[in-house]
Amino acid sequence: MLNTAQQHALRLLIQEGLPLVSRPYACLAEQIGSDEDSVRAILKDWQESKLIKRFGLVLNHHKLGYVANAMVVWDVPDDAVESIAAKLIGFSGVTLCYQRPRRLPQWRFNLFCMIHGKNRADVLAYIDDIVQQQNLQHIEHKVLFSTFQYKQRGGRYAVASAGAA
Amino acid sequence: MDEFTLRLLDAYQKNFPLDEQPYLRIARELGVDENRVLQRLAELKAAGIISRIGPVFDHAKAGASTLAAVAVPKKDEAAVAAIINAFPCVNHNYAREHDYNLWFVVTAPDEDKLHDNIRAIEKACNCPVLMLPMEKAFHIDLGFSLRERATC
Repeated sequence: MLNTAQQHALRLLIQEGLPLVSRPYACLAEQIGSDEDSVRAILKDWQESKLIKRFGLVLNHHKLGYVANAMVVWDVPDDAVESIAAKLIGFSGVTLCYQRPRRLPQWRFNLFCMIHGKNRADVLAYIDDIVQQQNLQHIEHKVLFSTFQYKQRGGRYAVASAGAA
Repeated sequence: MDEFTLRLLDAYQKNFPLDEQPYLRIARELGVDENRVLQRLAELKAAGIISRIGPVFDHAKAGASTLAAVAVPKKDEAAVAAIINAFPCVNHNYAREHDYNLWFVVTAPDEDKLHDNIRAIEKACNCPVLMLPMEKAFHIDLGFSLRERATC
Protein backbone atom coordinates (compact mmCIF):
# COMPACT_ATOMS: atom_id res chain seq x y z
CA MET A 1 0.00 0.00 0.00
CA LEU A 2 1.17 3.51 -0.80
CA ASN A 3 0.59 6.31 1.67
CA THR A 4 -0.67 9.69 0.49
CA ALA A 5 2.79 11.19 0.15
CA GLN A 6 3.99 8.21 -1.87
CA GLN A 7 0.92 8.38 -4.13
CA HIS A 8 1.60 12.05 -4.75
CA ALA A 9 5.25 11.34 -5.46
CA LEU A 10 4.31 8.56 -7.87
CA ARG A 11 1.98 10.86 -9.80
CA LEU A 12 4.73 13.44 -10.08
CA LEU A 13 7.20 10.85 -11.35
CA ILE A 14 4.98 8.96 -13.73
CA GLN A 15 3.67 12.00 -15.55
CA GLU A 16 7.24 12.43 -16.78
CA GLY A 17 6.95 8.98 -18.35
CA LEU A 18 7.59 5.34 -17.55
CA PRO A 19 11.35 4.62 -17.44
CA LEU A 20 12.73 2.59 -20.35
CA VAL A 21 14.26 -0.13 -18.22
CA SER A 22 13.36 -3.79 -17.92
CA ARG A 23 11.51 -3.34 -14.61
CA PRO A 24 10.12 0.21 -14.76
CA TYR A 25 7.63 -0.23 -11.91
CA ALA A 26 10.42 -1.41 -9.59
CA CYS A 27 12.44 1.62 -10.69
CA LEU A 28 9.55 3.98 -9.78
CA ALA A 29 8.94 2.11 -6.51
CA GLU A 30 12.53 2.55 -5.45
CA GLN A 31 12.32 6.31 -6.00
CA ILE A 32 9.26 6.69 -3.75
CA GLY A 33 10.35 4.21 -1.08
CA SER A 34 7.81 1.55 -1.96
CA ASP A 35 7.78 -1.80 -3.71
CA GLU A 36 7.03 -2.94 -7.24
CA ASP A 37 3.77 -4.77 -6.45
CA SER A 38 2.28 -1.75 -4.67
CA VAL A 39 3.07 0.52 -7.60
CA ARG A 40 1.54 -1.92 -10.10
CA ALA A 41 -1.53 -2.33 -7.87
CA ILE A 42 -2.20 1.38 -7.51
CA LEU A 43 -1.75 2.01 -11.23
CA LYS A 44 -4.37 -0.68 -11.81
CA ASP A 45 -6.67 0.98 -9.23
CA TRP A 46 -6.24 4.39 -10.84
CA GLN A 47 -7.23 2.95 -14.20
CA GLU A 48 -10.23 1.10 -12.80
CA SER A 49 -11.44 4.21 -10.98
CA LYS A 50 -10.87 6.18 -14.22
CA LEU A 51 -8.50 8.64 -12.55
CA ILE A 52 -6.26 7.47 -15.39
CA LYS A 53 -8.33 7.44 -18.57
CA ARG A 54 -5.65 5.75 -20.61
CA PHE A 55 -2.20 4.43 -19.91
CA GLY A 56 0.26 3.86 -22.71
CA LEU A 57 2.14 5.53 -25.53
CA VAL A 58 1.25 9.19 -25.98
CA LEU A 59 1.90 10.04 -29.63
CA ASN A 60 2.73 13.37 -31.17
CA HIS A 61 0.34 13.59 -34.14
CA HIS A 62 2.35 16.38 -35.69
CA LYS A 63 5.57 14.34 -35.80
CA LEU A 64 3.67 11.46 -37.42
CA GLY A 65 2.79 13.67 -40.35
CA TYR A 66 -0.72 14.57 -39.17
CA VAL A 67 0.10 18.24 -39.41
CA ALA A 68 -3.41 19.54 -40.05
CA ASN A 69 -5.04 19.80 -36.65
CA ALA A 70 -8.55 21.21 -36.68
CA MET A 71 -10.71 22.13 -33.73
CA VAL A 72 -14.23 22.14 -35.13
CA VAL A 73 -16.75 24.07 -33.08
CA TRP A 74 -20.52 23.81 -33.53
CA ASP A 75 -23.37 26.02 -32.39
CA VAL A 76 -25.86 23.33 -31.45
CA PRO A 77 -29.32 23.92 -29.90
CA ASP A 78 -28.99 22.91 -26.24
CA ASP A 79 -31.54 20.12 -26.53
CA ALA A 80 -29.77 18.59 -29.54
CA VAL A 81 -26.24 18.41 -28.12
CA GLU A 82 -26.46 14.73 -27.19
CA SER A 83 -27.87 13.61 -30.53
CA ILE A 84 -25.43 15.66 -32.62
CA ALA A 85 -22.47 14.50 -30.50
CA ALA A 86 -23.55 10.90 -31.03
CA LYS A 87 -23.38 11.49 -34.79
CA LEU A 88 -19.94 13.10 -34.65
CA ILE A 89 -18.30 10.39 -32.58
CA GLY A 90 -19.33 7.78 -35.11
CA PHE A 91 -16.51 9.05 -37.33
CA SER A 92 -13.12 7.49 -36.64
CA GLY A 93 -11.34 10.74 -37.56
CA VAL A 94 -13.01 12.55 -34.65
CA THR A 95 -10.63 12.05 -31.73
CA LEU A 96 -12.33 14.14 -29.04
CA CYS A 97 -15.84 15.47 -28.60
CA TYR A 98 -16.73 17.76 -25.70
CA GLN A 99 -19.60 20.00 -24.72
CA ARG A 100 -18.45 23.38 -23.39
CA PRO A 101 -20.37 26.46 -22.18
CA ARG A 102 -21.31 29.36 -24.44
CA ARG A 103 -19.90 32.72 -23.36
CA LEU A 104 -22.27 35.20 -24.93
CA PRO A 105 -21.78 37.53 -26.65
CA GLN A 106 -18.12 36.61 -27.25
CA TRP A 107 -18.54 32.90 -27.91
CA ARG A 108 -21.60 30.89 -28.91
CA PHE A 109 -20.17 27.51 -29.94
CA ASN A 110 -20.99 24.76 -27.45
CA LEU A 111 -19.81 21.51 -29.04
CA PHE A 112 -16.14 20.89 -29.82
CA CYS A 113 -14.40 18.10 -31.68
CA MET A 114 -10.86 17.49 -32.86
CA ILE A 115 -9.87 16.14 -36.26
CA HIS A 116 -6.28 15.40 -37.27
CA GLY A 117 -5.27 14.90 -40.88
CA LYS A 118 -2.26 14.87 -43.16
CA ASN A 119 -3.25 18.15 -44.77
CA ARG A 120 -5.83 20.89 -44.72
CA ALA A 121 -7.74 19.81 -47.81
CA ASP A 122 -8.22 16.28 -46.43
CA VAL A 123 -9.55 17.59 -43.15
CA LEU A 124 -11.95 20.04 -44.82
CA ALA A 125 -13.22 17.29 -47.13
CA TYR A 126 -13.67 15.02 -44.14
CA ILE A 127 -15.73 17.67 -42.32
CA ASP A 128 -17.83 18.18 -45.47
CA ASP A 129 -18.52 14.44 -45.52
CA ILE A 130 -19.65 14.54 -41.91
CA VAL A 131 -21.99 17.47 -42.61
CA GLN A 132 -23.45 15.84 -45.74
CA GLN A 133 -23.82 12.34 -44.36
CA GLN A 134 -25.39 13.48 -41.10
CA ASN A 135 -27.42 16.40 -42.53
CA LEU A 136 -25.81 18.99 -40.31
CA GLN A 137 -26.09 21.84 -42.83
CA HIS A 138 -28.35 23.79 -40.44
CA ILE A 139 -25.80 23.68 -37.60
CA GLU A 140 -23.30 26.49 -37.90
CA HIS A 141 -19.72 25.38 -37.46
CA LYS A 142 -16.26 26.88 -37.67
CA VAL A 143 -12.98 25.12 -38.39
CA LEU A 144 -10.06 26.44 -36.33
CA PHE A 145 -6.89 24.99 -37.81
CA SER A 146 -3.84 25.26 -35.63
CA THR A 147 -1.16 27.46 -37.14
CA PHE A 148 1.53 26.93 -34.51
CA GLN A 149 2.16 24.71 -31.53
CA TYR A 150 3.60 26.91 -28.78
CA LYS A 151 3.48 24.22 -26.09
CA GLN A 152 2.50 20.59 -25.91
CA ARG A 153 2.77 18.40 -22.86
CA GLY A 154 0.60 16.47 -20.46
CA GLY A 155 -1.13 18.24 -17.59
CA ARG A 156 0.90 18.57 -14.43
CA TYR A 157 -1.95 18.04 -12.00
CA ALA A 158 0.26 16.71 -9.25
CA VAL A 159 2.53 19.74 -9.14
CA ALA A 160 2.28 20.92 -5.54
CA SER A 161 2.56 24.59 -6.45
CA ALA A 162 0.44 24.58 -9.58
CA GLY A 163 -0.58 28.17 -8.83
CA ALA A 164 0.57 31.16 -10.78
CA ALA A 165 4.06 31.14 -12.21
CA MET B 1 7.03 2.87 -41.19
CA ASP B 2 7.81 -0.82 -40.70
CA GLU B 3 5.20 -3.32 -39.53
CA PHE B 4 6.82 -3.80 -36.10
CA THR B 5 6.79 -0.05 -35.39
CA LEU B 6 3.23 0.33 -36.63
CA ARG B 7 2.04 -2.50 -34.39
CA LEU B 8 3.97 -1.08 -31.45
CA LEU B 9 2.44 2.38 -31.91
CA ASP B 10 -1.09 1.14 -32.53
CA ALA B 11 -1.41 -1.55 -29.88
CA TYR B 12 0.01 0.12 -26.77
CA GLN B 13 -1.62 3.54 -26.58
CA LYS B 14 -3.96 2.13 -23.95
CA ASN B 15 -3.92 -0.81 -21.53
CA PHE B 16 -0.15 -0.72 -21.32
CA PRO B 17 1.00 -3.91 -19.56
CA LEU B 18 1.35 -3.68 -15.78
CA ASP B 19 3.51 -6.81 -15.68
CA GLU B 20 6.77 -6.64 -13.75
CA GLN B 21 8.51 -6.58 -17.13
CA PRO B 22 6.06 -4.78 -19.42
CA TYR B 23 8.51 -4.39 -22.30
CA LEU B 24 9.22 -8.12 -22.23
CA ARG B 25 5.47 -8.75 -22.41
CA ILE B 26 5.20 -6.44 -25.45
CA ALA B 27 8.24 -8.11 -27.03
CA ARG B 28 6.61 -11.53 -26.70
CA GLU B 29 3.32 -10.27 -28.13
CA LEU B 30 5.14 -8.80 -31.12
CA GLY B 31 7.57 -11.70 -31.54
CA VAL B 32 10.79 -9.79 -30.93
CA ASP B 33 13.21 -9.56 -28.00
CA GLU B 34 12.93 -7.09 -25.15
CA ASN B 35 15.94 -5.05 -26.22
CA ARG B 36 14.42 -4.41 -29.61
CA VAL B 37 11.30 -2.98 -27.94
CA LEU B 38 13.30 -0.82 -25.52
CA GLN B 39 15.57 0.42 -28.26
CA ARG B 40 12.74 1.23 -30.68
CA LEU B 41 10.78 3.07 -27.98
CA ALA B 42 13.89 5.09 -27.10
CA GLU B 43 14.34 6.00 -30.77
CA LEU B 44 10.68 7.00 -31.15
CA LYS B 45 10.94 9.15 -28.02
CA ALA B 46 14.13 10.78 -29.27
CA ALA B 47 12.43 11.51 -32.60
CA GLY B 48 9.50 13.08 -30.75
CA ILE B 49 6.99 10.63 -32.25
CA ILE B 50 6.23 9.36 -28.76
CA SER B 51 5.77 12.28 -26.35
CA ARG B 52 5.92 9.94 -23.38
CA ILE B 53 4.86 6.55 -22.11
CA GLY B 54 2.49 6.93 -19.24
CA PRO B 55 -0.89 7.92 -17.93
CA VAL B 56 -3.34 10.40 -19.34
CA PHE B 57 -5.09 11.58 -16.18
CA ASP B 58 -8.77 12.42 -16.22
CA HIS B 59 -9.04 16.19 -16.00
CA ALA B 60 -11.99 16.32 -13.66
CA LYS B 61 -10.78 13.55 -11.35
CA ALA B 62 -7.11 14.51 -11.24
CA GLY B 63 -7.82 18.14 -10.42
CA ALA B 64 -9.42 21.03 -12.24
CA SER B 65 -8.73 22.17 -15.76
CA THR B 66 -10.20 24.27 -18.50
CA LEU B 67 -9.70 25.09 -22.13
CA ALA B 68 -8.97 28.80 -22.40
CA ALA B 69 -8.47 31.30 -25.20
CA VAL B 70 -7.34 34.86 -25.71
CA ALA B 71 -7.75 37.19 -28.67
CA VAL B 72 -4.57 39.14 -29.31
CA PRO B 73 -3.26 41.10 -32.30
CA LYS B 74 -1.37 38.77 -34.66
CA LYS B 75 1.84 40.73 -34.21
CA ASP B 76 1.72 40.17 -30.43
CA GLU B 77 0.84 36.48 -30.67
CA ALA B 78 4.30 34.99 -30.04
CA ALA B 79 5.04 37.38 -27.18
CA VAL B 80 1.74 36.68 -25.43
CA ALA B 81 2.19 32.92 -26.03
CA ALA B 82 5.56 33.13 -24.26
CA ILE B 83 3.97 34.92 -21.29
CA ILE B 84 1.25 32.24 -21.08
CA ASN B 85 3.75 29.37 -21.50
CA ALA B 86 5.77 30.67 -18.55
CA PHE B 87 2.93 29.51 -16.27
CA PRO B 88 3.59 25.91 -15.16
CA CYS B 89 -0.18 25.36 -14.94
CA VAL B 90 -0.49 25.76 -18.74
CA ASN B 91 -0.17 23.04 -21.35
CA HIS B 92 -1.12 22.60 -24.99
CA ASN B 93 -0.85 26.17 -26.17
CA TYR B 94 -1.82 26.38 -29.87
CA ALA B 95 -2.24 29.27 -32.24
CA ARG B 96 -5.45 28.88 -34.25
CA GLU B 97 -7.15 30.68 -37.10
CA HIS B 98 -9.75 32.83 -35.36
CA ASP B 99 -10.04 36.17 -33.56
CA TYR B 100 -9.46 34.05 -30.48
CA ASN B 101 -6.06 32.99 -31.72
CA LEU B 102 -4.32 31.42 -28.72
CA TRP B 103 -5.88 28.29 -27.25
CA PHE B 104 -4.43 26.62 -24.18
CA VAL B 105 -5.29 24.35 -21.28
CA VAL B 106 -4.98 25.58 -17.71
CA THR B 107 -4.77 23.08 -14.86
CA ALA B 108 -4.93 23.36 -11.06
CA PRO B 109 -5.39 21.11 -8.04
CA ASP B 110 -8.95 22.47 -7.51
CA GLU B 111 -11.55 24.90 -8.92
CA ASP B 112 -10.58 27.86 -6.71
CA LYS B 113 -6.95 27.64 -7.73
CA LEU B 114 -8.01 27.26 -11.36
CA HIS B 115 -9.79 30.62 -11.18
CA ASP B 116 -6.75 32.12 -9.45
CA ASN B 117 -4.58 30.86 -12.31
CA ILE B 118 -6.91 32.34 -14.93
CA ARG B 119 -6.88 35.71 -13.16
CA ALA B 120 -3.08 35.62 -12.95
CA ILE B 121 -2.86 34.89 -16.70
CA GLU B 122 -5.31 37.71 -17.48
CA LYS B 123 -3.19 40.09 -15.44
CA ALA B 124 0.08 38.97 -17.03
CA CYS B 125 -1.34 39.21 -20.58
CA ASN B 126 -3.42 42.28 -19.86
CA CYS B 127 -6.42 40.83 -21.68
CA PRO B 128 -9.53 38.83 -20.78
CA VAL B 129 -9.36 35.04 -20.95
CA LEU B 130 -12.27 33.07 -22.41
CA MET B 131 -12.76 30.11 -20.04
CA LEU B 132 -14.41 27.06 -21.63
CA PRO B 133 -14.31 24.11 -19.22
CA MET B 134 -15.51 20.73 -20.40
CA GLU B 135 -19.14 20.18 -19.39
CA LYS B 136 -19.53 16.74 -20.87
CA ALA B 137 -17.22 14.33 -22.69
CA PHE B 138 -18.83 12.33 -25.47
CA HIS B 139 -15.60 10.92 -26.76
CA ILE B 140 -12.33 11.05 -24.88
CA ASP B 141 -8.83 10.56 -26.10
CA LEU B 142 -8.46 6.80 -26.38
CA GLY B 143 -5.47 6.89 -28.64
CA PHE B 144 -4.98 7.36 -32.31
CA SER B 145 -5.16 4.50 -34.78
CA LEU B 146 -2.57 4.82 -37.54
CA ARG B 147 -4.15 2.06 -39.60
CA GLU B 148 -7.65 3.57 -39.75
CA ARG B 149 -6.19 6.81 -41.03
CA ALA B 150 -5.78 6.10 -44.68
CA THR B 151 -8.22 8.85 -45.58
CA CYS B 152 -7.77 11.49 -42.92
